[in-house]
Amino acid sequence: MKPAPFEYLSPKTTEAALDLLATHGSDARILAGGQSLVPLLNFRMARFKYLVDINGIAELDYIKLDNDMLRIGALTRYRTIETSAVVAHAAPLLAEATQHVAHLPIRTRGTIAGSLAHADPAGEYAAVMLALDGSVVVKSKSDHRTTQIGEFIQGMFTTDLNPDEMIVEVLVPQARGNQVFGFEEFARRPGDLAVVGIALRIDFDSYDGIEDARIVALGGSNGASRIAASEVEIKGHGLTVDQIERACRAAAEVDMHSDIHATAELRRHLCSALLKRVLLKAQRREREAGT
Amino acid sequence: MSGEIKIAVTVNGRQVDATVSPRLLLSDFLRDSLRLTATHVGCEHGVCGACTILFDGQAARSCLLFAAQLDGHNIWTLEGLSASGDIADLQDAFSRHHALQCGYCTPGMLIVAHDFLKAHPSPTAADIQQGMSANLCRCTGYWHILDAVKEVAERRGRSPSVEDSE
Repeated sequence: MKPAPFEYLSPKTTEAALDLLATHGSDARILAGGQSLVPLLNFRMARFKYLVDINGIAELDYIKLDNDMLRIGALTRYRTIETSAVVAHAAPLLAEATQHVAHLPIRTRGTIAGSLAHADPAGEYAAVMLALDGSVVVKSKSDHRTTQIGEFIQGMFTTDLNPDEMIVEVLVPQARGNQVFGFEEFARRPGDLAVVGIALRIDFDSYDGIEDARIVALGGSNGASRIAASEVEIKGHGLTVDQIERACRAAAEVDMHSDIHATAELRRHLCSALLKRVLLKAQRREREAGT
Repeated sequence: MSGEIKIAVTVNGRQVDATVSPRLLLSDFLRDSLRLTATHVGCEHGVCGACTILFDGQAARSCLLFAAQLDGHNIWTLEGLSASGDIADLQDAFSRHHALQCGYCTPGMLIVAHDFLKAHPSPTAADIQQGMSANLCRCTGYWHILDAVKEVAERRGRSPSVEDSE
């Protein structure tokens, strides 16, 4: 339960970190919050010659709202996001989902970019980002790019990040007045990894009809993915009892896997049951907001 | 390949200068190098919470931090918190409610309860249950721990001057 030896590097600027990644490539791994990486190191399921500790890079820790875009620095902790008034206002779905992320002492350290780069299929943030059409700003020493989360995360624990690249910023479009959100998940205990979760965004038109919708399930073997068959059932309609039933029936058909935590059958059931809960919540929220 | 790292860290209000190996976990640094053995080591992968300490004022797992990361930071362990008197009411309530049997999880429980109550000054019973779910206890069945934390939350809520003086 002790990590294999490594060399510890602690750059103080993003530029210095990118230099180190350019030099050491896949021999190096970024250490951010360490709440997933350090257990893997302790179990020796992962070994790296170099750990590039970015915790000293203060310029990566910020939350700001800039022209309808919420910009969150890579090193921003869950706990900062959870308690941020800016996030609560500009991305209520992100704030709501953060309450489900692990436990308080884990949220103290874990970071938003670390969560996305780790790409745990039970991770809440990948689902939220998919629902909100979020993207990540990725830099290397010589290049930078902005990539939609759906292209960035390629499957279970897999992203399109090159060894010399790091996420420097997370972009989330600001919530609009015609949108309603909801998040629900099932875990054995609060704070445990989710068995299944649902992130929801609904864009209403001016007649209480649904212009656009994102229904995203987390906990499947490929991580967060949209349930298109359920989205279709509510898009173009209102949130009527009929449409909710149809969407939930479609969610019970999604492709899920069995493992030690749950059978595929239970996962499909949870998908459908949680979707119902979250759609009813959205319905209440829409009425309360009077949209 | 793994050179030694020099750190200057404040532990329980005291400045400590040390030279550490990169792979030394904070939990082992506290226990073996500083002989601060109230920080218990349970699972060593962030699940059980027995090794919880305060890192820059907030509860964190010391088995998921490296001593090399401490330079310039501020650590409190149960020894320091206990001596400060800041958690005397929690310790008293744990004792009276029989919120421990073997005591192995207790340092982590006290520190999580301390941080939780600072972040949630007037919690509901459900809030407390969720907050304290961060840590595992294999003896008590948890109810006594929850009772103790609930009592302290209520008492602190009734005497706001105690909170303000922090």
